Amino acid sequence: MSTAASVPAERPSTVYFFGTCLVDLFYPEAGLAGMELLKREGLRVVFPQGQTCCGQPARNCGFFEEARTVVRAQFAAFPEPWPIIVPSGSCAGMMRVHYPQLFAGEPDQAQAEAFASRVYELSWFLVHVLDLKLEDKGEPVTVTWHASCHSMREMGITDEPKRLLRSLSNVTLVENPRERECCGFGGTFSVRQPEVSAAMVADKIASVEATGASEMVTGDCGCMMNISGAMEKAGTPMRSRHLAEFLLERGDVR
Amino acid sequence: MNDARTRILSRLRAAPPSAVPDLPEWDPPVYEQAARLARFRTMFEAMKAEVHDVDAATWPQRLRTLLDNRGVRALLHGDGSPVATQLAAAWSGDENAPELVAYDRVVEDFKEELVHRIDAGITWASAGIAETGSVVLWPTAREPRLMSLLPPIHIALVDESTIHDTLADLMAAQGWALRMPTNVVVVSGPSKTADIEQTLAFGVHGPKELIVLVIRKAASAG
Amino acid sequence: MSAELKTAAHVTNHGNGHVTVTNFAGRAHVALNDKPLRANFRRAMDGLMAKRAAQFPDAGDLAKLRARGAAIKERALARLPELLEQLEARCTENGIKVHWAETTGEANRIVLDIFQGHGVRTVVKGKSMVSEEMHLNAFLGEHGIEAVESDLGEYIIQLAGEMPSHIVMPCIHKNKMQIGQLFAEHIEGQRYTEDVDELTAAARRVMRARFAEADAGISGVNFAVAETGTLVLVENEGNGRMSTTLPPLHVAVMGIEKLVETMADIPPLLALLPRSATGQPITTYVNMITSPRKPGEKDGPQEIHLVLLDNGRTRVYADLELRETLRCIRCGACMNHCPVYARVGGHTYDAVYPGPIGKILTPQIAGLDVAEDLPHASSLCNACVEVCPVKIPIADILVRLRRESVRPSASQAVKGGGSGWTLSEASAWTGWKWLNAHPLLYRMGTGVLSALGHLIPPSMPPLKAWTSVRTKPKFAAQTLHQLARDKGFDDE
Repeated sequence: MSTAASVPAERPSTVYFFGTCLVDLFYPEAGLAGMELLKREGLRVVFPQGQTCCGQPARNCGFFEEARTVVRAQFAAFPEPWPIIVPSGSCAGMMRVHYPQLFAGEPDQAQAEAFASRVYELSWFLVHVLDLKLEDKGEPVTVTWHASCHSMREMGITDEPKRLLRSLSNVTLVENPRERECCGFGGTFSVRQPEVSAAMVADKIASVEATGASEMVTGDCGCMMNISGAMEKAGTPMRSRHLAEFLLERGDVR
Repeated sequence: MNDARTRILSRLRAAPPSAVPDLPEWDPPVYEQAARLARFRTMFEAMKAEVHDVDAATWPQRLRTLLDNRGVRALLHGDGSPVATQLAAAWSGDENAPELVAYDRVVEDFKEELVHRIDAGITWASAGIAETGSVVLWPTAREPRLMSLLPPIHIALVDESTIHDTLADLMAAQGWALRMPTNVVVVSGPSKTADIEQTLAFGVHGPKELIVLVIRKAASAG
Repeated sequence: MSAELKTAAHVTNHGNGHVTVTNFAGRAHVALNDKPLRANFRRAMDGLMAKRAAQFPDAGDLAKLRARGAAIKERALARLPELLEQLEARCTENGIKVHWAETTGEANRIVLDIFQGHGVRTVVKGKSMVSEEMHLNAFLGEHGIEAVESDLGEYIIQLAGEMPSHIVMPCIHKNKMQIGQLFAEHIEGQRYTEDVDELTAAARRVMRARFAEADAGISGVNFAVAETGTLVLVENEGNGRMSTTLPPLHVAVMGIEKLVETMADIPPLLALLPRSATGQPITTYVNMITSPRKPGEKDGPQEIHLVLLDNGRTRVYADLELRETLRCIRCGACMNHCPVYARVGGHTYDAVYPGPIGKILTPQIAGLDVAEDLPHASSLCNACVEVCPVKIPIADILVRLRRESVRPSASQAVKGGGSGWTLSEASAWTGWKWLNAHPLLYRMGTGVLSALGHLIPPSMPPLKAWTSVRTKPKFAAQTLHQLARDKGFDDE
């Protein structure tokens, strides 16, 4: 299902940033960090104030019409042909993979396809389009990476975030042997099947803790809200942060 | 004539048509001459089958040793098959040799003996497959199907020259689609199960042991 | 119409059209608190995932093979009616009698008629998921015919009076202590043991006698080849070969979607099925049956019957998106890799087909009114989609079924469509739509949440479910919208 993006012919000078509603409300610092990283690479970063939600929650619950109405608002908010950078593999997957499906047979199908082709997940864009190089300014730290299901399986993000982490000289990356296993978030799944979701996140925490890392870095705030919320409830003293925030804090542009 | 048939087919025909896609290429493995037999052996051995190199003239002696080591007293063979002829000639006059039992009746008259008395069965394999470590049994009136299934030990004789790289290769080379017999079985080891805690156990219903005798060309038989 | 994909023990037809529905959350609660069960599944699934991965070391080769496998099944489905006719013609020429059944009831009746016509009293069975759909053993039992499962796993659960919890490894939920106990209780002269070889030997002893005395054998079909009329069965134990060779009569049951066009389709599918299922390069036996015993041959059944079962498949077929469900080759890789299945086990699904494939198949066959909760019992993590050897878009079909359950398609593609609709949920999404389709409203709303969100009590649904094991999400003091503007990021 994954439709890995292709590198644009020319390095763009202006990009859109789609913050995602979860980042907007709960983790704005992650979004801001993503925008700063892009800006530091010399890009003009445009954040349309008209943006809201990618529409995934309604689509995943089967409310396609409601989702389409919201998606159309995003079409309107991102009119220029610039790349759209998303600090979430899940929202990016919705926009890149599912918009064309959601609008199949609709009058604005072509618009949905064109929009989808402009969508990039942040870490992928940093690695493949901007070839980001970082100088580590931080203290030695051991971290582990949490990969989101949709970043891996819809956006085809495999090693990019870990490559960025490994490029930081003072950062030791300990991989989680259960990295590919879902954390149990799944949007409404976490409240429709709360006990199954709870069992999944409990196992996820155990596997994250077992890495011995002092911090968990991730590229998706949905997973982070789930995992860090469960860690906090369980009294696990581990910090979690979005990749963009982590990179911005540690890395100086080389 | 048949209502269910008519209704099922008409519902299927009423459904919207979908494209008939072309079949994309896939790459079944190809082995060099030397690697082919090595693969055949490795794969079989990984499944707890034994593979022995033999030559066309002396394999019955080799088999004798293998069966003696296992205490086999009754060996089932095809009725009037070349394998049977060669065995009879090689073992004749040998009082300690296992009893040779021919599958010379229909199963209904032979069931008791087949199910409870026979220790081992020997069949000819029409071909081998290197990729998966398999022999192909193409049962005939002479060498019926149960010979390779009911006795606790199954011995398959296969000529090295008939070992193909893959099932795909073999099927194409032998034109299976035009001549499917009553039954063909691809056998890749002794009967096994992992139904209890994914722990492998052998001989759950069929043979506990599979012995593959590869008839090598005289020069290379070792 | 039917709830035939649900387990017999739990389907209660109240006679007024109301059928007891699946209760995934309730059953999950029980399973999640069953420590041995969770350990059994975790151990088994971890092992199966590792074994499968070892079988497909090269991603490029696997991609080509999956594309081939998917295309083979896609072609077969596109040509299904003509291929079914071709299969029937070839089988008939070969001496195999072909029967058609629209419902499981019809299929059961066909099998019973065949058996009664031959005075059959005992039957040995190879593993067959379609016969589970039919609840065939129970049906035959009611008519005085004893059907004995001969696959070790199926035999174990038959002794325990349970349903399979996995489509390939039916007793995967049990450990050797439980099985040792079961054998000691049910097999005469068998002492309690945890030794797997000894347990296996005990089963061999019991089954040998059963095979020898059986009047007929029943099997499923993994692939039926239209070109030659050949039935292809894969197995490791040899019980399938026994059931289809030793008794004088063989009845095979198959879903109408199990067809392929040609013999040449078999090798790539065999390269996918066992490797995806159990991580083995091939099964011990690939058994290809093309005709009953011919004159002069000394064994094999004198008669073979093939029962083609619809049981709702034609309805699935009628919708092009849902049709992709029918590509399934029943390998079970989707459940082996499912993080939900690994934790709750197969019985939680309360259906013949558990796991991801069950979550899309059961609601389509039994109806959304029966199994509305199954499409929602997924985090849409796509692990199943990633490993499916025939590339069934399981996650997309789950979402499609969620849609059918709240807003049925004009074609009423799925029975019981609309049964998941509630006013409260629909209103919530309408509200969500208004908020998110109107940027000004959105900014006002999110601004208010930033300022006052901390006042929302954690006991309010759905926060209550969320906070059972997590802290309440903390609204940031300022939204990203506000921060972006403050930091001078352009708006256009």
